Amino acid sequence: MSDPIIRFDNVVKRFGDHTVLDRLNFTVNRGEKVTIIGPSGSGKSTVLRILMTLEGIEGGVVHVGGEPLWHEADGVTPASEAHLRKKRGEMGMVFQQFNLFPHMTVLRNITEAPVRVLGLPKAEAKARAEELLELVGLTEHMSKFPHQLSGGQQQRVAIARALAMRPSILLFDEPTSALDPELVGEVLGVIRRLAEEHDLTMLLVTHEMRFAREVSDRVVFFDQGRIREEGAPEEIFTDPTEERTREFLKATLEA
Amino acid sequence: MWPHRRTARQPIFAADPVEVHWTEYLPPLLEGAWVTIRLTVFSTLLGAILAFAAGVGRLSRNGALRAVSVAYIELFRGTSLLVQLFWLYFALPLAGQAVGLDLRIPPVIAGILALSLNIGAYGAEVVRGAIQSVHTGQHEAALALNFTPRQTLARVTIPQAIPEMMPSFGNLAVQNLKDTALVSLISLGDMTFRAEQIRNFTQDSVTVYSMLLAMYFGMALVLTAMMRGIEHSVGRWRPVRS
Repeated sequence: MSDPIIRFDNVVKRFGDHTVLDRLNFTVNRGEKVTIIGPSGSGKSTVLRILMTLEGIEGGVVHVGGEPLWHEADGVTPASEAHLRKKRGEMGMVFQQFNLFPHMTVLRNITEAPVRVLGLPKAEAKARAEELLELVGLTEHMSKFPHQLSGGQQQRVAIARALAMRPSILLFDEPTSALDPELVGEVLGVIRRLAEEHDLTMLLVTHEMRFAREVSDRVVFFDQGRIREEGAPEEIFTDPTEERTREFLKATLEA
Repeated sequence: MWPHRRTARQPIFAADPVEVHWTEYLPPLLEGAWVTIRLTVFSTLLGAILAFAAGVGRLSRNGALRAVSVAYIELFRGTSLLVQLFWLYFALPLAGQAVGLDLRIPPVIAGILALSLNIGAYGAEVVRGAIQSVHTGQHEAALALNFTPRQTLARVTIPQAIPEMMPSFGNLAVQNLKDTALVSLISLGDMTFRAEQIRNFTQDSVTVYSMLLAMYFGMALVLTAMMRGIEHSVGRWRPVRS
């Protein structure tokens, strides 16, 4: 537990005049399952997007796997594209809107990046995809196009697609927020299985409080670009110390 | 410089109209139709290549590439096709001569070049629009999977943009078919050129031009159907739209 796989040191992120992350300090240990909760606009998703290199930072240093993400090894020089590519390979991301490639079959959605990016032989990529489709329970939908699947099925394919790259960190950006209520369970079920059976480091942004409580090793409450409170799920959900956390949880549970 | 065209255009009032049955117009018209078809096919294909090059070039991160694409698109959209055609056929050889180059080009090449440069410039805007219409989530997913920008363009963006651009490309192809009539003015023996010849000979304007209209219309129908077919086949992965 001494060497965190993700570490944010005084990270600042602004959109124009709006400060989204205000000198954020945050760590995730290897293999840990951490859930980020908090009101919308609190910077939760931005943390994931910065990790996936979809957004840059204005200040501070982000470390992934013991190396700076947005900087070269010296921690000062802005990262080269080659460095970013290398770091990106350690992470995978599951998006709120799934973002499957609509013109590819389910199978090709999963094999395309392993073949093109990792240079895996096609047969091997296919075997890997079949294994993952079995894990997410979609083997029989392999040759369908995404639009022929339900939202829940599409999100499960997206999870398989991210896993096919064998990341050590998997980021979930509100994976069930775009789903019809009756489809949420099947996606959470897959994520829960992953959390229980794999040593993958998982960072989730979610509004599913009960789920957060069940799967996480640690829950982090974000408010106004900073961590307001963090701790074991039992602590946060049953006995939060901060008034702001209490208010947020009360509002969420009443909704 | 213009003897051919003048005789083709000016009615010969002195001559008596010649009585010819309309079916006898068909062989020369069909011969011209074959030229029109080839012109349309070649210039549409070359135009599509130019459209992709300039459309992608306009979105490039490379400033020089972007400038060249914009210059090409604006130049050819902002000038008349007829003038472009005359410039390539009549002015370019003289301009070449002035600098000691032989830039004479056969009419068929001048025709295909002018038409494809023109359709390419309009098509470039279609390509650009279609590429930009691809959802940003697709780029983010591609980046998260570590695709290079080039792989993203070739594997993710363009395949999704192509069905989006097909209806506009269909219109451009039909427009291009109709524009081929202009090449008759540089003495290329297309359908319109043949019709002019027949009309000069027979004075039978109503029949000749009606046949000409019908033949262009027929070709446009076939072309539209073909473009629909292509549109359908490149968009098989898309949900059926109501």
